[in-house]
Amino acid sequence: MSTIQEEASGKKSGEIRYLTPLDIDNSTVKKYCRFKKYGIKYVDYKDSDFLLQFINEQGKLLPRRITGTSLKYQRKVSVAVKRARHLALLPYVADLLK
Amino acid sequence: MNHYETVFILNPVLSDEQTKETVLTYEKFLTSKGAKFISKEDWGLKKLAYPIQNKKSGFYHLFEYTVDPNIISDLELEFRRDERFMRYLTVKLDKHAVHWAEKRRERSKTKKV
Repeated sequence: MSTIQEEASGKKSGEIRYLTPLDIDNSTVKKYCRFKKYGIKYVDYKDSDFLLQFINEQGKLLPRRITGTSLKYQRKVSVAVKRARHLALLPYVADLLK
Repeated sequence: MNHYETVFILNPVLSDEQTKETVLTYEKFLTSKGAKFISKEDWGLKKLAYPIQNKKSGFYHLFEYTVDPNIISDLELEFRRDERFMRYLTVKLDKHAVHWAEKRRERSKTKKV
């Protein structure tokens, strides 16, 4: 039951008014494939600090929807990460890698 | 003659001479089979991301060379027999990889200077 004062001010009943304005930024940043943009043609399995950007804290490969890389380069990244893991440059399983 | 790149890890218990001697034996092995070396790198003693043969570190070496494809299987057979080798990985380099390797060498040269 909205109060008389609310009705007087012509507001629809049940509209919640907050003290501080809600600023939900739902503007999605356009993701781009960094390999295409910077023209990187080969993912080197030896520089592990570059590959760290493509794995999460547990050492697992990040999906494309998060890194935004295109399919062609995601495959190259996954091959490179698996080679780095074979050479013990990257762990198979890790906790708090970063 | 394809471009190849081999990275291998040697047992950390080896002394310095033994590691140098192993690297030399395999260089000779490759050159005797007609390989042409492009670059040799020694990353020294590095910590492994996970223990291999319950060792925590290893001597990393890199060979970049061009050789006939059929030599690679003999090379890897030797690696498998040799117990000083903890792990090895041979990769065929395509043109992008060769280009990247050259750039990487220049970058490391400029860094050292």
